Amino acid sequence: MSACPECGSTLELGPDVIAHEIIDCPSCGIELEVVSVDPITIELAPQEEEDWGE
Amino acid sequence: MRKLRLGLIFSRIRHEEKLLILAVQRREDVELVLLNTNRLVLDLDALPEVDVALDREISQSRALHVLNILERNGIRTINSFAAARIGGDKVLTSNCLWKAGVPTPRIKVAFTRESALNAIEALGYPVVLKPVDGSWGRLMARIENRTAAEAILEHKSHLSSYYHGIFYLQEYVNKPGRDIRAFVIGGETVCATYRSAAHWLTNAALGGKTSACPITPDLDDLCVRACQAVGGDAIAVDLMETKDGLTVHEVNCAMEFKASMEAVKVDLPALLIEYCVRTTHGQKERNR
Repeated sequence: MSACPECGSTLELGPDVIAHEIIDCPSCGIELEVVSVDPITIELAPQEEEDWGE
Repeated sequence: MRKLRLGLIFSRIRHEEKLLILAVQRREDVELVLLNTNRLVLDLDALPEVDVALDREISQSRALHVLNILERNGIRTINSFAAARIGGDKVLTSNCLWKAGVPTPRIKVAFTRESALNAIEALGYPVVLKPVDGSWGRLMARIENRTAAEAILEHKSHLSSYYHGIFYLQEYVNKPGRDIRAFVIGGETVCATYRSAAHWLTNAALGGKTSACPITPDLDDLCVRACQAVGGDAIAVDLMETKDGLTVHEVNCAMEFKASMEAVKVDLPALLIEYCVRTTHGQKERNR
């Protein structure tokens, strides 16, 4: 288990979590990135850039 | 026969990218090569060894450069650089749709505040001002009168990107509280959803609610023609219902489908991966 870097809430990651996956903190809702799976490392996801989209 | 090497171009693994990765992992004939643009260094002498590259990059500018380099050096890309370039620019999109005879809202393009104001007055109020390269409903404005037009154009002049000096003006279409997002893969409309909202912007990113939309022959025909018009392999087509029929207001190449998949029981990731594999094998056979 890991903790949200924003609010400190416990994050329960599924067994199929992938490196660089974007997840939402279930408590504060902030976007997080699973920077690494071995060891599990969670950081705030990069902020939206001007050219992001579909 | 060796596995097909499928490169996934990305910088964020969202829900959609995760489903695509899982779809590849379920296949025994495909090897996934992750092309993370946060770490990728493209050397023209030593490009990634992939048979096909699927663009799932969230940054339009990164995507275009990666697609161009890979494609120009013989690697099949989905979608192509040309299609991504068109799909990422509303002026280019509108022009292609218009030239192909695909019903699309009337637009005017201007390059100064004064000429933009003239264009707005010619289109009549309300009118929609959109950034040329925007997405997710970002920086969209429904302009109701001249006072608002003058203010919005003045504000836009202070935005830093040179793209904000290109004024893309679109006639406002009175839609029934919803629009339609349809997914075209390989010349076939595979599914469609309604996006409903009380607000005039119905993007899922802004809270629009999705529900299943039946694929009528008219809808299918229009979506396929829109895809062909921009040269796309796999795109999301956004349409509105008007008193005169359907009209296509946008296409999206790195299509997002998280919200739509909650409404329709179609395995879009599997269909997209199958298309990548099938068409790449087909191209290899033709090249023999």
